[in-house]
Amino acid sequence: MAEMRTETMTVNMGPQHPSTHGVLRLVLELDGEVIQSAMPTIGYLHTGIEKTAEQKKWQQVIPLVERMDYLAAQSNSLAYALAVEKLLGLEMPQRVNDIRVLIAELQRLASHLIWLGTHAMEIGAVSMLFYAIRERELLMNINELIAGFRFFPSYIRVGGLREDLPRGFHDAVNAFLDRFPGKMDEFEGLLTKNDIFRRRTEGVGVVTLQDAYGWGLVGPIARATGSDYDVRRYFPYCGYETYDFRVPTATEGDVYARYRVRIAEMRESIKICRQAINRITPIGTWACDDTRVVPPPKDKVYSEMEALIQHFLIYSQGFTVPAGDAYVPIEGPRGEHGTYIVSDGSNRPWRVKMRPPSFMAIQALPSLVQGGLIADVVAVIGSNDVVMGDCDR
Amino acid sequence: MTAADLIEILNALVPGAAYEAGASVDFPTIYVLPEHLVDTCRALRVEPALRFEAFIEATAVDYLPRVPRFEVVYHLLSVAHRRRVRLKVRVLNAAAAEAGVVPTVQSVWPGAGWPEREVWDMFGIVFQGHPDLRRLLMPENWEGHPGRKDYPVQIQKATQTYSPLEVSEEQFRANLERDRVKRAHPH
Repeated sequence: MAEMRTETMTVNMGPQHPSTHGVLRLVLELDGEVIQSAMPTIGYLHTGIEKTAEQKKWQQVIPLVERMDYLAAQSNSLAYALAVEKLLGLEMPQRVNDIRVLIAELQRLASHLIWLGTHAMEIGAVSMLFYAIRERELLMNINELIAGFRFFPSYIRVGGLREDLPRGFHDAVNAFLDRFPGKMDEFEGLLTKNDIFRRRTEGVGVVTLQDAYGWGLVGPIARATGSDYDVRRYFPYCGYETYDFRVPTATEGDVYARYRVRIAEMRESIKICRQAINRITPIGTWACDDTRVVPPPKDKVYSEMEALIQHFLIYSQGFTVPAGDAYVPIEGPRGEHGTYIVSDGSNRPWRVKMRPPSFMAIQALPSLVQGGLIADVVAVIGSNDVVMGDCDR
Repeated sequence: MTAADLIEILNALVPGAAYEAGASVDFPTIYVLPEHLVDTCRALRVEPALRFEAFIEATAVDYLPRVPRFEVVYHLLSVAHRRRVRLKVRVLNAAAAEAGVVPTVQSVWPGAGWPEREVWDMFGIVFQGHPDLRRLLMPENWEGHPGRKDYPVQIQKATQTYSPLEVSEEQFRANLERDRVKRAHPH
């Protein structure tokens, strides 16, 4: 009998593929069903936001950076605002910090809900997507309440917030926080002990702690390998050190561990949100008192000449930022979300660079899927929680 | 720990390297000469007193018309010591950038691969020893490096409606083979 000839098969996955979370393209080399190698191709969603930001004034960059990671828009703008404020040397009032914390945590919940829904759907639990989107709708409604926009509120600004909280904000947030823990139990009841889900996720896409650090996977992925690194703990910002919360970790480093870490993170986020909403008064200060950056109140603009001039200057020329550079990290839903800004002392940024967690997660993807089954690729992409807008910028 | 303290430790580990502390508002900034970059990075990662085990990002800034024109910036994190550091490498001008004066640090942190590719894509800074310096964000046939300050902000480009497979079968197989060799013998 002639010797059987075997050769590997090359399969193209994406860029138009329902489980590539946008436009990620993977070229897989298969030996039967086992993956020999994977080659990601990115850049399909590259829109040159960093270059565009160099043409804008400092404040005008906020809506741009929100469009990078479109599932965690306000994490982007918070990181950017904090970086610019670092160069300006601005300190935010307590209430602004508390509102920012609340918004950042609600954003984390919204982002994790999309992750949960799509990740579970790709593994086969299709109904999870609808349950998750239903809850996320309430968070979108809160965005609409504070800014009139559902996806990209641009509510966090350099120097504080856009305006004070609207009427009914506390009721909307409290209603969500009362309802959501029960829904979390429902989600977990469907997945956490689900035999099919666990068989699809346990022991799949394993990464070690040392590799996670070397690949730059700081965030939920590293925390699923035993790291306790969380920017909110290690380098607190916005007064996170005054909040009582736990940093959930797991040690297995597989898809299921990342699932458990994110689920536990959502429960911690609810705790932080409760503490924050109790601290925030319905009416109060919503920006710092630095007149370089924050326009004067409208009644003064109409009655005082200096205020009118200041208003005019801020809206026509913007403000200048002292020359220098700053890197400010925050704990975004996908991991360390940093902004590196360089100023030459003018009213426009010299360089804005986002540190995209999805970019690093996709870079490490081949090492996570190699040697696994082709069906597991989908599980690993889902558990890395990649957003192509964040990756390609 | 200030930049001066870090430099003191590094000087003992990398003899002959001329470090220079940079101004910063957040965490220590150290200027490194390209020829000492890899040794410095290895020392930063391995030395128990430093242990910058996590690679955060690499990027570049174009300071046109200043000379030296480019700076390659690395952000590193030590989880063990709750510390960050910023390394900067000066690249004299565009010609020097294309000559590949900055070495790759992929042997220290594998995660440096794509950020370095992005820097080459956007700024045209060649990383010496980089095994896979191809376009990352821009299309493979793109001309120029859009991150540079002398690159126009708005350009007219005909829309590509159809393009055949970008790599030939032979190239593709060669790529796969090279990747496989790379994985079998990492670094």
